[in-house]
Amino acid sequence: MTMNQGSDDKEPRHLRRILAIWLPLAAVVDVLFWFLVGPHVPPGDLTSTASSNQFDFNILFVIALPVMIGVWVFLGYSIRNWSAKRVGSAEPKGGAAARGNLRAQVWWIGLTTVIVLFLAGFGTVELVIGNGSGGGEGPNPAWAPTGANAAELASATWSPTDNHVLPVQVIGQQWQFTYRYPTFGGFESSQLILPAGTEIEFNVTSLDVIHSFWAYQLSVKADANPGVNNIAYTKTTKTGNFTVRCSELCGIWHGAMYNYGKVVSKSAFESWATSTETANASNTANLAPYASTYTPDANGAAGGYYEDGTVTPYSTVEVYGAKQPAS
Amino acid sequence: MTLTAERLDDHSGDVATPPKPAKNNEGSPRSGWLSQHLGTAIVGFIIGYVVGHWLGNYIGSSYAYIANSGTNAIADTLGLTLGVLGWFAGIGALNYPLAKIVGKKPPQDFKEVQDWSKYFRYTTDHKVVGKQYVVGVLLFLFTGGLLAMAIRTELLSPVTHVFGPGTYITIVSEHGTIMMMMATSVIIGPLGNYFVPLMIGSRRMAFPQIEAFSFWCFTAGYLVIFSALIYGGFPTGWTGYAPLQTQAGAGMVSYLLGFAVIGLGMMSAGFNLAATIINYRAPGMTWSRVPIFVWAILATSALLTLATPTLFAAGLFGLLDKTAQTAFYVTEHGGSSYLWENLFWFFGHPEVYIMALPGFGLVAEIMPVFCRKPLFAYKVAAAGMVGVALLSFFVWQHHLFQSGINPDMRPLFMLTTELISIPTGFIYLVGMGTLYKAKIRFEIPMLFALALFFNFLIGGVTGVFLSDVPVDVTVHGGFFVLSHFHYTIMGGLLFAFMAGLYYWMPKMTGKMLNKRIGKWHFWTMFIFFNLTFFPMFIIGLLGQPRRVFEYAHNLQGLNDFSSISAFLLGGSFLIFVWNLLWSLWISPEKAPPNPWESLGLEWQTATPIPLHNFERIPVILTDPYHYSEEGAPDVADFGDQQLVGSSSAAAGDITNSN
Repeated sequence: MTMNQGSDDKEPRHLRRILAIWLPLAAVVDVLFWFLVGPHVPPGDLTSTASSNQFDFNILFVIALPVMIGVWVFLGYSIRNWSAKRVGSAEPKGGAAARGNLRAQVWWIGLTTVIVLFLAGFGTVELVIGNGSGGGEGPNPAWAPTGANAAELASATWSPTDNHVLPVQVIGQQWQFTYRYPTFGGFESSQLILPAGTEIEFNVTSLDVIHSFWAYQLSVKADANPGVNNIAYTKTTKTGNFTVRCSELCGIWHGAMYNYGKVVSKSAFESWATSTETANASNTANLAPYASTYTPDANGAAGGYYEDGTVTPYSTVEVYGAKQPAS
Repeated sequence: MTLTAERLDDHSGDVATPPKPAKNNEGSPRSGWLSQHLGTAIVGFIIGYVVGHWLGNYIGSSYAYIANSGTNAIADTLGLTLGVLGWFAGIGALNYPLAKIVGKKPPQDFKEVQDWSKYFRYTTDHKVVGKQYVVGVLLFLFTGGLLAMAIRTELLSPVTHVFGPGTYITIVSEHGTIMMMMATSVIIGPLGNYFVPLMIGSRRMAFPQIEAFSFWCFTAGYLVIFSALIYGGFPTGWTGYAPLQTQAGAGMVSYLLGFAVIGLGMMSAGFNLAATIINYRAPGMTWSRVPIFVWAILATSALLTLATPTLFAAGLFGLLDKTAQTAFYVTEHGGSSYLWENLFWFFGHPEVYIMALPGFGLVAEIMPVFCRKPLFAYKVAAAGMVGVALLSFFVWQHHLFQSGINPDMRPLFMLTTELISIPTGFIYLVGMGTLYKAKIRFEIPMLFALALFFNFLIGGVTGVFLSDVPVDVTVHGGFFVLSHFHYTIMGGLLFAFMAGLYYWMPKMTGKMLNKRIGKWHFWTMFIFFNLTFFPMFIIGLLGQPRRVFEYAHNLQGLNDFSSISAFLLGGSFLIFVWNLLWSLWISPEKAPPNPWESLGLEWQTATPIPLHNFERIPVILTDPYHYSEEGAPDVADFGDQQLVGSSSAAAGDITNSN
């Protein structure tokens, strides 16, 4: 490849040999990975972000595997051929030639730079195309699907035919997630049911400490911060079940903070939502009005740390862009 | 350059002539049980704690009680703070500065106790501090390791519990915190303090008092962080996120104060080492001749000095929230939980390289010795370390990719994070170039060094996965990232530390570590490390979050495999302990003066090393990497025509300078 081959004619051309081992090995491993492992790499294909994140995973794997195999082949070759115990091995040569090789250095630095810049570019493109790739984008998302405006969505309606973005609020608290559906009267449910083939806007917030809403098969992860509306987007593509786990340490029962959700057909979703809205109407009336964030009072879920009783239910402070309801 | 054997401004300050190896205790102001040592430090800690606790209750009993705990945050904070102060007073750390403040001549400078008890004292000899650090970091390591065994025991079953959730989360938090504290110092403390002066041809550290202070900060941190157990532990993990931190009980004070105390030690160690490397190099030790390990320590020192104050300030804010009822991290009172996350990771990411860089430097330092070849691309290696150090300040928000902060900055932090893999990759260029056509001697240190290249590759490449924002949605906060950083910290740093211990123990103790037991130690540690942590990548990809005590049933097989490997990995550390006991006390084997035939300056000093290292300050003639070079120049001139280094090494006959 690039390093000096040495002037000794008897000396085998080591780098060519390494290349000859590496190239077919890397090619075979990459092909096997792409076709055998690739389709099973998480997070699956339940949503648009899941599919694209799976694709990103596989691209990273097929770039990473040859790099790793290259280094390992080199290490293995060195250990086998350049051991002091190996009979007849040549004496190493010191001096200027062993202290550096401009071509080797330039090639190495150049190659790693190209790979790294490609990966950064690729990741950015995927992030932008994927509308944040299912990651929490805070109250003012930098990338959003068309028709997604948090303020308007909260008061909009949703039906199986209108193809609107469906807003769902995720409320984390120690130690459970609950979900509110503002387009269905703001009822609160411990079940997360979503319609298939629909763009979903998750509005993730917390009542106490930081949680992280991780819908594994949906490929959605957004920290639930108190006083912050953290928005994440995905589009469901088919029906199926998924797991929700808290992925940010939130206290002693963090490990038990999980539940399961379902993606169902649009019509099934609508009938579930309307019937639950009706059934829960009396409860919904007692809930705090739907808002992007909630601040519990002094005796609330935050543990009553401030005991002076002067804490108002809603802070007057504009917290990190979160919209405050009128108190 | 003039070849003067002594600098005009003599290093050793107030000793005009090179001091003799001190055997005399006479004139020492302190000796015996009435003097100051570890025992008085413990007494000081207890007295300080009791006084502080009383004072805190006196001041704040009316308002600072922590909900549902029956304790008072001000009393806890003052108790531990005065406890640490008492610790320093008891060990004698305050004698020197207090004497200076009141204008008296400080008690003894170089006439220190020279018997075995010096290891239990506030000692300013960098070689003693180095050995103290070895014991210190091993104490941290083994405590953290036991906690890891407890975690893996709990994770044997997805539903049956060994510990209650509160106990479990405390174990996880203590494990993380204690291991992070250990990792910041594991190479820079023992090996950095011991060998940097020897490698740059200095008689001493720039600030010996500060150096001793950093070690006793480190040990005080151990006491403080484990005082959390008395208060019922803390539930936040080592990251200590607010508002969970604000909500947590009294144990949180121990965490915040523990990190503050450790942070003080890190800062002092950092600027002491940086000042030493910059100012105390022997004549002729130019920047292009400085051993690569010293470059790594210098880059690390910069990070320690510049990043740690952020942690210190963040911890102080947390303590104020707890005691003075400020609201730095309390969202509903105008603070922000993002503030802690940003401050913590602004420290926390440079911290990652505080842990990685000394390992790189150490491995790059010993590779030429066992390859019998010069270090390949020395300048690239040095540039890589400085590059990593600089870039590490610009990547911290990759820990917050889903937190909801600054979404528009994510491409930038993705770019910087991936850029940092370029200078990190330099270490592979250097390692592979050095291996090329080498004559590798597979001694134990070399095995550990090669293992670092294997392990860190996995750790580094998975780091690129984590830096990719879309992929991070799946892997953030799960077992994937957990495995990633164990591969870099344990697979990299800890393997490098072991390489360093096996490599330098003959110099530190005059005894060889047993090679046969060493091989058992290496292979068990290497194999079971990989068997423990590789399945965790898969566990993470299959959806298991970190720090949980319950997980999906279908992951039990992988978790059990990982747990059993972890127990065997723990067993490999028992082999290591056995090797230490065997080689140092049971059946010691006297080490040759230069067992690895190294050209490094540290091996050219006498064994045991005299109190002030060099009888005369050596004049450095070239860098220490002229292996297998015909007609290589000598490395250093020790005065009186004692030239040491290459010409003799090329002939395979190493003369000791003594």
